[in-house]
Order: sequence, then C-alpha cells, then structure tokens
Amino acid sequence: MKMTPMPQIFHKILVFLSLLAATLAHAQLSIEITGAGANRIPVAIANFAGDPAAAQVVTATIRADLERSGLFKLIDPAGATLDENSQINFGDWKGRGADALAAGSLARGANGRMEARFRLYDTQKQAALGGAVYVTGNDQLRAAGHRIADYIYEKLTGEKGVFSTRIAYVVKSGAQFRLQIADADGQGAATALTSNEPIISPVWSPDGSRLAYVSFEKKKPVIYVHSLASGQRQVVANFKGSNSAPAWSPDGRKLAVVLSKDGNSQIYSVNADGSGVQRLTQSAGIDTEPRYSADGGSIYFTSDRGGSPQIYRMGASGGDVQRVSFEGSYNVSPRPSSDGKSLAFITRRDGRFQLAVMDLASKQVQILTDSHKDESPSFAPNSRMVLIATEIGGRGVLSAVSSDGRIKQRLSIAAGDVREPAWGPFNQ
Amino acid sequence: MKKLLIPALLSALIVGCSSTPVDETSGAPVDSRGSGVAPVTAGGLDSRGLPRELTDPKSVLSQRSIYFDLDKYEVKDEYKDLVAAHAKYLVANKGFKVLIQGNTDERGSREYNLSLGQKRSDAVKRSLTLLGAAEAQVESVSLGEEKPKNPGHDEAAWAENRRADILYRAADGRGEF
Repeated sequence: MKMTPMPQIFHKILVFLSLLAATLAHAQLSIEITGAGANRIPVAIANFAGDPAAAQVVTATIRADLERSGLFKLIDPAGATLDENSQINFGDWKGRGADALAAGSLARGANGRMEARFRLYDTQKQAALGGAVYVTGNDQLRAAGHRIADYIYEKLTGEKGVFSTRIAYVVKSGAQFRLQIADADGQGAATALTSNEPIISPVWSPDGSRLAYVSFEKKKPVIYVHSLASGQRQVVANFKGSNSAPAWSPDGRKLAVVLSKDGNSQIYSVNADGSGVQRLTQSAGIDTEPRYSADGGSIYFTSDRGGSPQIYRMGASGGDVQRVSFEGSYNVSPRPSSDGKSLAFITRRDGRFQLAVMDLASKQVQILTDSHKDESPSFAPNSRMVLIATEIGGRGVLSAVSSDGRIKQRLSIAAGDVREPAWGPFNQ
Repeated sequence: MKKLLIPALLSALIVGCSSTPVDETSGAPVDSRGSGVAPVTAGGLDSRGLPRELTDPKSVLSQRSIYFDLDKYEVKDEYKDLVAAHAKYLVANKGFKVLIQGNTDERGSREYNLSLGQKRSDAVKRSLTLLGAAEAQVESVSLGEEKPKNPGHDEAAWAENRRADILYRAADGRGEF
C-alpha cells in the first residue's frame, strides 16, 4: 500500500460500527469504505471529558462519521482528554498534523438528560471556530455524536453534513419483506413494515415524517403513505390496474404517481391524501419513474416514446417535454439532486447496469461505478453522495458513492438481501 | 390438486355402491364406509371455491400462464387457443372475474419492469376483451420483476419469468385474488 499522497489516495478501512452498538439486538448494517477524496482535511477529535462511557460513544460516533465521509483524515489524539474549556496547545496539535481539533465533555443535567458540549478549533489560526451543546437522552448519545459531526463537517467544508439524516430500505429475508429505517451510517435500524409481499420504491416526504411506497399486499401494486411515528397507513392510489412509482413534490402537498388505469403506464399527480387525480403525460408508450426537480418546476421521468427507455423532462403540470439522456439504449431511474446541479440515473453499458451522474449545465455524463446491477439511486440531501442498491456475490447490498465517484462506501447487512434505498431529508 | 381429486373419486365409488344390490347378510352397513369423506357436488368446487373445470389439470382452463419473448409483449400464436378458451369461459360466466398479473425478468429498473409487465398483462386483457369478455370482468396489473416463478439468474430462469398469469374469482367473491 502506497502511503505517498496521490491524486486519489485509495485505502481500505473496515469500520465495524456494530461494535459500538453491541446492546442493540437486531442485525446492523456494516460499512466498508473504499477510496477517499484527494485533499482530506486532517482533524483530531480529542477524547471528551466527563462521563467516560457516554464520552466514548459520542467521540467514537464523531470519528466514524468523519472518517466515513472520505473528506477527513483522522489524527490520533494519542490519548489526550480535553473538555471544551481546556487550554489548547495549538503548536502541539499542529505538530501532529491536525488542522482542526474538537474537544468536549459529557455531563448529566439536572433532569437526568445528557449534555454534550464541544468546541472546534482551527490550529493554524489558533482560534475557536465555534461550539455548541446538545442535550439528549442516554439512548440518543449516538444522535448527539452525529449532530456534532455535522457541525464539524459544515464548519470545515462549508457544506451541510448528512450524518444525522436517516435512510429507508427494504430487506428481503426468505419470503418476508421488511421496510426499515436506519441512521445514515446504517445503525439503529427499525422496521416500519413487515409483509409477505414485495415492497418497492420508498420515498421520503420532504419533512421526513412519512414514506410513500408501493406494496403488493393486495396481489397488485398499490401506493401507500405511511406516517413513521404513528405507523398509520393511508392508501393514496388503488385504481384499476397498477399503481406505482410515487414521488413527493418539494412542498409535500402532492405526489407524482404512475397509474395504468387508462391503459399504459402514465404519469399523474395526486394530492397527498389521494384526492385530485390529474393526468400529466399522454403517450402511447411507457412513462414512469417521475421525480420533481428541487424547485418543483419540472418533472424528470423515464419513457420509451423514442423506441428505447430514455430520460425526459417536462413541466410539473405536464407538457413541454424534452429529452435529457442520449448516450446508450437504456437510461432509467432519473434522480435530480437537491442543489439542482446534477442528475443521477442508471445506464446500461455492455449489458451492465451502472450508476451515472449528469452535470445538468454541461450535459456531461460520468459513470461512477464498475458494477453490473446498480439500481434505485438516491441523493443525500447535501447532493454530495448517491446511495444505490447493487449486487455483490448474488446478494443485494447498498453502496454510497460520492458525486465525483472518488469515495465509495458499502453498507451490507448480515442476513438477507438489501434493496430499494432512499436517503431521507435533513434532520429538522 | 391430486389431493382434491381423491374425495371426488371416493364419492363416485360410494354412489356406485348404493346403486348396486346389497347383500343384507354381509356384515357392516354401507353408510359406515362413507365416514370421513367430504361430500362433493357434481361439477364440484375446489378449495378456493372455484369450479373444478378451472383447476382440473385435465381442463385447458387450468393452464393460466402465457410466456413472452425477450422485450416482447404480443401474445404468441401458440397461446391463442388458451386465451380463446378463457375468453369463452368469461363470456359464458358473466359473474366471474380475472386478474391478469404481468411479470418480467430481473434485469433493469424495478419500476420500468413494472411498466413492462403491465404491457404484457394489457396484451392478454386486450385479447380476452376482443373475444367477448366484458371490460369489467378483466383487470390487468403488473408484478414487474418482484415475484419470479424461477429464482435463478440465467436465460432459462428469465424465460420462465417473462410471463402473464390469469387468476380467477367467482361471483361470490371466492377465488384466487
């Protein structure tokens, strides 16, 4: 393994986060990172002071998050324990190679809840970049770690972090399908729905409180909206024929859906309660996989109107259809990023299905993986990573790839096939 | 299916026994031989409440799968008689409904495959309605790649999964969907 700095420093780190969550009974996703960014920011996370067990969970979570992003190089704090008010020997930390340093403490507050305090320093400028306190329950210490990691990420990169977001995915084990919700690092998985029939196409409501998805429990595809906190489910589209491919409008009021009630698979919009069905496409072929652009003004979709499945864009109320993808004979599953700059999709090249990203301004397409069965891309809310389902050794796994293709993370679950990932919105 | 045939055969034997002269002196009464045998009505129903002609392997109507070529959605000539038999049954039995489930192989986007499966079930529905089945009797849906008949990953498995299946429901709501 070459240790010299290269345009791309490839390294392989296995982070078995399950070690951190030994008390959790269910199977967790483990994460493997391959490849990292070119200019990783060297950062040291000192051991936080205060309650040792709680501090250990929080600092381990922060370090794992930053490491996993591929944008940071973790500097070993060499056993240093520092709280947010400790005197910092900046020269010492600079000497170890750290450009930034975080120090903090965990203390039990008056109401029995844990208070995580921290401060972030720039060792070059020898100044504090800021700090915060997060108050959490004892079972939410990892959440506090994610919030601190998000703070550090944003201060040092200028972009919002996604460590405290959640992901949804479907696990197939035997004949059973489970729709699961987990933290973005795959930890803390909870099952929202168990079914003996397939569940596909989960999508998060913009506020993160609900999922829309397609369930086959009625022997045909039917669209549901599921409130995660209450478990309450509502049928949004159960027309004659198939009902599928839901996508939320950015204001959360509407869903674009695909219905075959009038013949072919065509795109319609419905209110989130299932009322007010309006047809948006009028073609003789297949129109499916609608996704609203971040500004809500247009809808990207897949259509075979030109003879092969390609990606098109139309106005959010239909009309003004323009073809978007041109290279190759199979381009499907368009997913616009929330910054409006790029479009992730799946392209078939030489019989392999691979993740591609198009720069919407230049129309330049970059293929980001070398796999053969990529499916269901989903952008992180900061547009920096794309989560996909892929297959390794005949088993479905999830993989996250940075939009420039340099950083790849693999999330795999011990038992069963994992598929249909959906990255949730920013934590609100 | 074989299990279901056994009571029918037994009851036929019993009916046969009662019609032949019985030797009054020969021991056990005839009706004790019938214990534990489910009564079956002529032209009987199967366990889902469907007429046996829809499920009896000897009946053409028990054949419910129509296979398609790669990227193709037309009902092939070899299935024309099969589809015609189902259309004839639906014309003669207006109270019956069918659900046609279209399927695809595993390659490609799940949602796009759902739409491809819909094209296959729509093609079968069109054939049935052209031959006289009422629009209200036939619903075509798609399971896409989600319910493979053959879980394999080779051409033989894929060919088995490019398929439309016909499911029946009787007027009383009993049936296969």
